[in-house]
Amino acid sequence: MANAEKLNPQLNSFLSIEHEHALRQALAVDGRSEMPLAGMAIAVKDNICTEGMRTSCGSHILHNYRAQYNATAIERLNNAGAVMVGKTNMDEFAMGSSNESSAFGLVRNPWDVSRVPGGSSGGSAVAVASGVVRASLGSETGGSVRQPAALCGIVGLKPTYGRISRYGLVAFASSLDNIGIFGTTASDVADVLGVIAGHDPKDSTSADVPVPDYNFSLGADVSGKTIGVPRALFGEGLDADVRHSVEASIENFRSLGAKIVDVELPHAKYGIAVYYIIATAEASSNLARYDGARYGFRADNAPGLREMYFRTREAGFGAEVKRRIMLGTYVLSSGYYDAYYSKAQKVRNLVKQDYERSFANCDAILTPTSPSTAFKIGERSDDPLAMYLSDIYTVSANLAGVPAISVPCGLSENGLPIGLQLVGNFWSEDVLLNLASAYETAFPLGVDPAVYVG
Amino acid sequence: MDVRKVAKLAHLEISEEEVDLYTPQMAEIVNYIEQLNELDTDLVEPMLGGLTREGAVTESMREDIPAGSLGQTAALSEAPSAVSGHFQVPKVL
Repeated sequence: MANAEKLNPQLNSFLSIEHEHALRQALAVDGRSEMPLAGMAIAVKDNICTEGMRTSCGSHILHNYRAQYNATAIERLNNAGAVMVGKTNMDEFAMGSSNESSAFGLVRNPWDVSRVPGGSSGGSAVAVASGVVRASLGSETGGSVRQPAALCGIVGLKPTYGRISRYGLVAFASSLDNIGIFGTTASDVADVLGVIAGHDPKDSTSADVPVPDYNFSLGADVSGKTIGVPRALFGEGLDADVRHSVEASIENFRSLGAKIVDVELPHAKYGIAVYYIIATAEASSNLARYDGARYGFRADNAPGLREMYFRTREAGFGAEVKRRIMLGTYVLSSGYYDAYYSKAQKVRNLVKQDYERSFANCDAILTPTSPSTAFKIGERSDDPLAMYLSDIYTVSANLAGVPAISVPCGLSENGLPIGLQLVGNFWSEDVLLNLASAYETAFPLGVDPAVYVG
Repeated sequence: MDVRKVAKLAHLEISEEEVDLYTPQMAEIVNYIEQLNELDTDLVEPMLGGLTREGAVTESMREDIPAGSLGQTAALSEAPSAVSGHFQVPKVL
């Protein structure tokens, strides 16, 4: 708690620090070593419902909103003895790749405070990277856990769609949304995943697939594992530093005994275009609920109901959220549906088929997580499309529904962390955690960020 | 894209400054997403939703057992304006 309060004026990773709640939880689990996460401090992204606590989604339209119930993931963390330290900053409604679209101020990267931490789960990434907590919850729609994990030098997992219940995760794009996990190591991620994964009757899209003991597989030998590399994606737009580091990591995996094979993902380059049709279409529908009638912000002095809707949404949403609601409204509007939305659903299927074909020949696919290291604050904030391209390597796993993890693999010339991404077949989180753990054990980063409380 | 018209459909009362800001940005994004047209998808089935095979076959039916719900007090506790057990809004007509 002290560390969170000490660093927050500098990094702004927490929107609320829940002092009394955390102390109460910590006292209740003191000595309860039979609980799997007894006393483990955890930070939670502010779009995951926590009963009686502010759950703002980084938006002015929910600036005063207190959730009336707990997300299933929160219930399971509570029952396992975890201690929630506070709620973390994020891009507004999880729309962004830099955490600059938060209505409550940007988050700074602990490796270089003039740079962004990535997004949208920037606050949760920084809470782990700066040493305040060992693990945190974020959310993913197109890379919002893996990209900030890469930019902050930590591990970030997006599980298979349906692996973790979305009950209580505020909806952005329901067919793409997942709760994801950050950790200082793969072992921290495995601890949390084992507790929160599994079928939930309250989420009809959560799947009834057995949850293995993720810690059991962590130390397994990776020799004999096959890693696919889609060379065609290592081209245009990829920073030289990132390329060198990720190429070296391929050789490092080979030295651990993994077999390296070529794979092709010919439709991955269309991922961003498909994503910005499907995600915005779903968002325009999901965010229709914010109208000032039942909760959150309401504009004053509207003469009638319709004016209240228009003025509440105009004053309550920021620019990026409005752009995406408008794009989603446009692609779903009469006369355009087939040209955009229907087309995108078809290409989404092609993206998924690429993965299905590739996983016949390998256990995981290795790429960079992000095409660049952490960029300067303000550098991309006037150019939405350039910001969208930050997610070029991550979105296709969300489209296909497969799990993926980002692991630190080196530092750039100017000392910024670089992440490698491993994408796995459906339900193979155990394989990804095994590969991640083997890599970080053999090739640790070995450096702490500039702002760090150990 | 006619930004004014789309904003109205989305219940957003955007300003003239916003129209000037968003119009070129939206045009650039729409231009980018139209690259999908270079793909022939006549024979491709659309992928509906994000469900995996295992998710699609997961049994979501449960016994019809009454359970507690949120309740009126909690449901109204976050309302900007509530009167005698109801949400209060400006006049509709």
